[in-house]
Amino acid sequence: MQFTDIVFYVLSAILLFSGIRVITTRNPVHAALFLVLAFFTAAGIWLLLEAEFLAIALILVYVGAVMVLFLFVVMMLDINLDKLREGFWEYLPMAGFIGVLMVVEMTMVLAEKNLLPSEAVSLPANVSNTAALGKVLYTEYLLPFELAAVVLLVAMIAAIVLTLRERQDNKSMNPAEQVKVKRSDRLRIVSMPAEKRAETTEEKQ
Amino acid sequence: MQMFADLFGSHWPDVQLVAWTLIKIVAIVLPLMIAVAYLTYAERKVIGYMQVRIGPNRVGPAGLLQPLADGLKLLFKEIILPTASNKALFFIGPILAIAPAFAAWAVVPFDATMVLANVDAGLLYILAMTSVAVYGVIIAGWASNSKYAFLGSLRSAAQIVSYEIAMGFTLVGVLMCANSLNLGKIVMGQEGGFWHWYFLPLFPLFVVYFISAVAETNRAPFDVAEGESEIVAGFHVEYSGMAFAVFFLAEYANMMLVSMLAALMFLGGWLSPVPFLPDSILWLLAKVGFLLFLFLWFRATFPRYRYDQIMRLGWKVFIPITLVWIIVVGGMMQTQWAYLFH
Repeated sequence: MQFTDIVFYVLSAILLFSGIRVITTRNPVHAALFLVLAFFTAAGIWLLLEAEFLAIALILVYVGAVMVLFLFVVMMLDINLDKLREGFWEYLPMAGFIGVLMVVEMTMVLAEKNLLPSEAVSLPANVSNTAALGKVLYTEYLLPFELAAVVLLVAMIAAIVLTLRERQDNKSMNPAEQVKVKRSDRLRIVSMPAEKRAETTEEKQ
Repeated sequence: MQMFADLFGSHWPDVQLVAWTLIKIVAIVLPLMIAVAYLTYAERKVIGYMQVRIGPNRVGPAGLLQPLADGLKLLFKEIILPTASNKALFFIGPILAIAPAFAAWAVVPFDATMVLANVDAGLLYILAMTSVAVYGVIIAGWASNSKYAFLGSLRSAAQIVSYEIAMGFTLVGVLMCANSLNLGKIVMGQEGGFWHWYFLPLFPLFVVYFISAVAETNRAPFDVAEGESEIVAGFHVEYSGMAFAVFFLAEYANMMLVSMLAALMFLGGWLSPVPFLPDSILWLLAKVGFLLFLFLWFRATFPRYRYDQIMRLGWKVFIPITLVWIIVVGGMMQTQWAYLFH
C-alpha cells in the first residue's frame, strides 16, 4: 500500500463520517460545520487526483462563500430541535428505500468503467491543471460556459428582484446627499447684541 | 545518521523529506511569531508617537521586552469558559482563526529560491486560505452564546465575504499581467526596475486591494467586528488568557500576510527598485514593513466607518472599479500598448 492510498482512505473515512453527521447531528450549526468538513476532505481527495484547480475552487467557493452565508442564516434561526426530529423513525423506511435506490442507480450508471481501479494519469511536470482548464473553457466550451454564466446572472438578479422591497422603517441614507449638505441647511447664525452685565450689590459697595 | 537510515530502510528518503519540510515550516513560523510579537510593539510605539506619547518604555531597554511580558501575562491568565457556551466550538474558534493565517504562508516565496511549496496555483491557494479564516470569527462569536459576540461575528462575516469579491477581482488583474498563478512567477514578471512593478499599470487595483486587505483583516477604520465603543470587543468578548491571545496573533499574522501579498504582487517582491543594487530578501522585508506601517498609520488617523458605509464602499465602489479596470487591462493587451501591462 502506497502512502497516497493511506491518505485516500483516511480522507474518505473522514468524508463519510462528516457526511453522515450532517444528517444525524441534532444541532443545525454543527450540521453546517460538518458539511464544511466534508467539503474540505473532498477537496483533499481531488488534490490527490492532481485536480488542484477544482480542489481550491471548491474551498474558495463553497467553504469560503456559500457555507459562510449558510451558517450566517442557520445561526440566526431559532429552531425547535424536538419538532424537527418528529416523525424521524416514521419516515426512515421510506427515506432509506429512496436512498438505497439512488445509490444503486448511480452505481449502475458509473460502475461499468469508473469503479474499476485504474491508475490516475499523472500529468507531466510542466503542464498546469489550471491553465489547461482555462484554455478548454475559453476555446472549446466558450458558448456553453458563457451561457451558464448568463443563466446564473439571471438567477441572481431574479432572486434580488423577488426579495427587494422598500421598507417603511428603512433608515438608510444617501451619502451623496449627505456630502452635499451645506452649513446653511442645518445651522442658522443669529447675531445678538451682547447683554449688559447685571450689577450686583457687592459691586456697588 | 546511518543508524536512522538503517532503521527506516527503504522509507529513508521519505522520512528525510518530511523532516526537512518540518524544519522549513519551523523556519517560517518562528520568525513569523516573533514578527507578530514585535508588530504589536511597533503598533503601540508608532501610534504613541503619532499621538505625542512615548508608548511602552518600562520593560527592557526602550520597552523592547514588552511583547514578551504581555505574552507571559496572557499565558498565565485563567481561560474562562462561559457556562452557556458551546464548549467544543468555543475552543475550535481560535484554532480556526489562526490555522489559515499560518497555513497560507506555505506558498509565499521570500526569494527566487526560498519557498516552502512552489505551487502553480499559489495565488488561488492563498485566496482559499484567507477565505477560510472567517470561520474562526463566526464560530467564536456563535459559540460564546453572547449577544455582543454574535453581533460582532455577523458583522465580520458579512464584511469579509463582501470585500473578498473585490480582492479576488484585483488578483485577476495581476494574474492577467503575469500570465501565472504562481507567486514566484508573478514576481519575476515584474523584473527590470521600479517602473516595471505592477502597481503602476494596475494602480486602481493596488489601491482597492490594499483597502480591501485592511477590511479583510478587521483593522481600523473597518474594525466594526470589534467595535469597542458599540459592542464591547465583538466576537472575542468572552475569550480570556491565551485563547484571546490566539485571536490577536491571527489578526497580526493576517496583516503580515496581506502586506506580503501586496508587496509580492504589486511592488516587485524581492526585486530591487534600481538596476545597480542587487535583488534581495531585504527589499521584500522593507516593502512589507512599509505596508505594515500604513496599517498602523490608518489606525492612528481615521475614525471608524459606519457599517452601511463599509458595505457601500465594498459593493458599490470597489467592485465596479475592479471590473472596469480588468476590462481596461484586457482591452489594452490587444493593442500596441500591451507592453505596459507585462
